[in-house]
Amino acid sequence: MMPHIISWNAIVPRIKEFRETLFLLNKNKLTKAAIISLYILVFVAIFSPWIAPHPTHILLDTNPENKLLAPSAEYFFGTDELGRDIFSRVLYGTRISLQTGFLAVGISLLIGVPLGAIAGASSGWIDEVIMRITDVFLSFPGLLLAICIAAILGPSLQNAMFAIAVSWWPWYTRIVRGQAISLRERQFVKAARAIGTPHFKIIFSHIIPNCIAPVVVQASMDIGGVILTIAALSFLGLGAQPPTPEWGLMVSTSRTYFLSAWWYSFFPGMAILITVLLFNLLGDGLREVLDPKTRKK
Amino acid sequence: MRIFIVKRLLLGILVLFGVITVTFVLVRIIPSDPAAQWVGPRATVAQIEAARMELGLNDSVFVQYADFISDLMRGDLGKSIRTHQPVMKELKTFLPATLELVWISTFFGVFIGLYLGVLSAQRKDQWVDHLCRFFSVATVSIPSFWVGLLLQSVFYGHFDILPLGERLSMNVKLFNEIPDITGMLLFDSLITGNTVVFFDALKHLILPGFVMALFPIGLVARMTRSALLEILNEDYIVAARSYGLPERIIMWSYALKNSLGPTATVVTLAIGFTLVNTFLVESIFSWPGIGNYIASAIVSLDYPAIMGVTIFSAVSYVFLNLVADLVIALDPRVRI
Repeated sequence: MMPHIISWNAIVPRIKEFRETLFLLNKNKLTKAAIISLYILVFVAIFSPWIAPHPTHILLDTNPENKLLAPSAEYFFGTDELGRDIFSRVLYGTRISLQTGFLAVGISLLIGVPLGAIAGASSGWIDEVIMRITDVFLSFPGLLLAICIAAILGPSLQNAMFAIAVSWWPWYTRIVRGQAISLRERQFVKAARAIGTPHFKIIFSHIIPNCIAPVVVQASMDIGGVILTIAALSFLGLGAQPPTPEWGLMVSTSRTYFLSAWWYSFFPGMAILITVLLFNLLGDGLREVLDPKTRKK
Repeated sequence: MRIFIVKRLLLGILVLFGVITVTFVLVRIIPSDPAAQWVGPRATVAQIEAARMELGLNDSVFVQYADFISDLMRGDLGKSIRTHQPVMKELKTFLPATLELVWISTFFGVFIGLYLGVLSAQRKDQWVDHLCRFFSVATVSIPSFWVGLLLQSVFYGHFDILPLGERLSMNVKLFNEIPDITGMLLFDSLITGNTVVFFDALKHLILPGFVMALFPIGLVARMTRSALLEILNEDYIVAARSYGLPERIIMWSYALKNSLGPTATVVTLAIGFTLVNTFLVESIFSWPGIGNYIASAIVSLDYPAIMGVTIFSAVSYVFLNLVADLVIALDPRVRI
């Protein structure tokens, strides 16, 4: 965002709080382990094409003569039905899953946060309309709406991401609205209004910066769930398309071979489980640290 | 109190209306021509045009919307494009299988979850607690479709003690009379006393039921643990302890009773999730329920079918949330 919209002074105390939070997070062993593993995951995501032992196997290269080989020193996780190295593909899948996970959450934040701030800051019918729309979206089970939208937009990873964002934003709208309602009555907002600051400027330069912290926390807790949903959509054929090495898609294609080649479905699924688990552990740790009831212990 | 219930019901109706509208709008933007699919690939232009007329696709969007709503009021969800059968009728055939799976897995999920939650709260920060917490985080992180495949390859592929999928074995289906009263096999075979069908159906339910129960277990265990820990610090618990009441009574009848409010909310959430989770699990176990139905509807862009299942799931979800709110409202402590 532009510098004149969010002033530096408003951010300094938050950085201090953030550092304290980091310190507390590191005290919990399980959370610390999760954080360190997530660093490794990000490293893998960035450098996967260089770490992978068979980088050409990630997308196009096929070796039918080596198909469905069991795990060995040459192919750590075995090979798939086209003779591609599953280990290299799983490594590269990290990049796809993290990227789409972060982007999907990012898009939902972009939709949800401004709507919530507008609803909370401007009571009356605007608030009412926005919140009733939010209610409608929240009354779909998340995965169902995502499936529906992805089915309608047509199967692709981008559409799956968009579908998830469309079904996810209402949560952020709710959180931000709650924050914005309490901020609306605070002195500095009233002062800004008194000197004639336009309504939209108040929303974007006073309300949003002050209610962003809990939303970011919530978002970081949600990334695990989002990655799981993307994998589920790909599994249903509504997300990534071959030959993309997306984990959910790999599990889906392995269905034909899993009784004879267990490694084909085992490793990509394990990758999903570990990644989602790490994000959820981080989320649990965050929740504990940020909850005032348990923070000081 | 009464005002709250009336308000909540009105809001529920409003939300339902919104859900139906959103579904309608979503389905209208499908980039394919339903009329062309209705008549098949070798139809002439005139046939397609006739199908357009029949399906009402030439009317304006508003007329289509009004038609849709009035049909819906009469319980008519339109005809499936793939099978040319009324969607309502198809839902009725596929629903019992799904409901059987959902109820059984939620039932066991909730009880195991409650037990794990209590266990964890009782032994806070001991290894049992760490294990339970790790397990409950793992169950919400695990891809259900993957667990399904894994269990199949272990229990069918390796040990061959449980069936691969479907609701009944072939020989049981051929040589036994299958009772059909509610469509839920376990229940039907139990009341007709058909033990062969009962045990076969039970065997087929174990794997998909377990996979679907994982999520409720984790969710309920987490919620129960945190609610209990909060309550165990309350004065009345301290008082009960100082009277020398056994810890078992304090936990199960003093603390747990008061932690059920938040748990009830979570349970309704879990049922909603389980309902949608059938979309992933049923296709793995070839379970003939609505999950499998929508999966094949998605592939062929059968929009009335997609819409039917969506509306059904969303309506049940709205209803469950309503029940959860009413349960909380009936709590005398909330009634001020």
